[in-house]
Amino acid sequence: MIADANRPMVRYDSVTKRYGPLTVIDQLDLAIAPGEKVALIGPSGSGKTTVLRMLMTLERIDGGVIWVDGEPLTHVERNGRMVPADGRHLRRVRGKIGMVFQHFNLFPHMTALRNCMEAPMAVLGLSKAEAEQRAAELLAMVGLADKTKHYPAQLSGGQQQRVAIARALAMRPKVMLFDEVTSALDPELVGEVLNVIRKLGAEHNLTMLMVTHQMGFAKEFADRVAFFYRGKIEEAGPPDQIFTEPKSERTRQFLRAVLEAV
Amino acid sequence: MLWDWNYTWEILPDLLSAAVITIEVTLLGFVIAAVLGLVLAILRMLGPVLAAPVSVFVEVVRSTPLLIQIFFVYFVLPKFGVTIDAFTAGVLALGIHYATYCSEVYRAGIEGIARGQWEASIALNLGLATTFKDIILPQAIPPVVPALGNYLVALFKETPLLSAIAVLELMQTAKIMGSETFRYTEPITLVGLLFLIMSLVSAALIRVVERLLNRRYAR
Repeated sequence: MIADANRPMVRYDSVTKRYGPLTVIDQLDLAIAPGEKVALIGPSGSGKTTVLRMLMTLERIDGGVIWVDGEPLTHVERNGRMVPADGRHLRRVRGKIGMVFQHFNLFPHMTALRNCMEAPMAVLGLSKAEAEQRAAELLAMVGLADKTKHYPAQLSGGQQQRVAIARALAMRPKVMLFDEVTSALDPELVGEVLNVIRKLGAEHNLTMLMVTHQMGFAKEFADRVAFFYRGKIEEAGPPDQIFTEPKSERTRQFLRAVLEAV
Repeated sequence: MLWDWNYTWEILPDLLSAAVITIEVTLLGFVIAAVLGLVLAILRMLGPVLAAPVSVFVEVVRSTPLLIQIFFVYFVLPKFGVTIDAFTAGVLALGIHYATYCSEVYRAGIEGIARGQWEASIALNLGLATTFKDIILPQAIPPVVPALGNYLVALFKETPLLSAIAVLELMQTAKIMGSETFRYTEPITLVGLLFLIMSLVSAALIRVVERLLNRRYAR
């Protein structure tokens, strides 16, 4: 496929997700350019986490197509028709995506270093030495060069989350998903994790999609902010516009409630 | 005379060699139980097409007496062209019977793993086999080792059932001695004592293993 500067890195094309009778994502259309940083905000239950989980293939979609880097993720084209993709296709395409979770989800029986070596060895076929070098470099990048031999339980929440970021980066994804990555942290540990994300944004041309309640961070870091309400994008735009002159009354209400709580 | 010490010393060597057979049956049976149990547990998790027949098999085996299964393997399978000696038949029956119990233990262990571990494995694009081998089982198995150990002792205590198909383990050997001399007191008592000693020793060993695992995983 030919590289196209205008081609989005990720595109949700009329994507719908239901849990039983409940529609959590309603015909979502959203395109994210290569290198773009998009923050998803909104009340809980508005579907923003589901947007990330569908892209990571942790949730099956019930309608529409998700595209990654110019090819369909959730479907394959067969005889001119789009049919749901099989496991092999999902595995190949989702290799371009990395994800960091609210609760870290580190492997507790492995050291920080080993957490970052497992997938590069098992999936990318790196040798032990190569994987170890890559893992050590990434752990140094997130400021944990002295913690490589520690197990997750021996690390603080902020340190665990930084290991989780390094672990995802070890797979060299093109798209990084951050799902409320500071929500489970004590307030004094939030900064160290956000600093790592800032550094990533400054030094790498990664496409980033983040669900966050840190409005200050979203405003400063994101190229675009999308406000979700009941499974739809109520309003999206540059952070300055969303945070200072939101068009929608719901956005205004949400921001007022969130900012009052601080 | 209620207890004949001369007779006791006379039969003890033969009973000790029979005890070796009992231990062999136990260990071989348990290896089958532990490995097949894990296979059954994993098969049950790989979708309804595999889970349904496996669940039926587990229920049937768990809901019928072990003695019937021993007879089935030894006497009925030959009608279908599968002829095996009594020792192998006994080991197989014990192993399959306890595999169904072990599979439930493994299943509980696997289900105890947080969903986030599976999701992280998907996000890192690990294959299903790697996820089980490197992520899920190393976390799921250590906590269930004590429960598996209990089944090892339970299996051990059921080995006398193999006397029904004349495997020369402890019980069968004692029965033969009794029928030859018409003295059952000494051989049966000795067999009971040998079982008691071996049970206590293996229970103690299991506790040691448990403590080692706890130390290793208490982080």
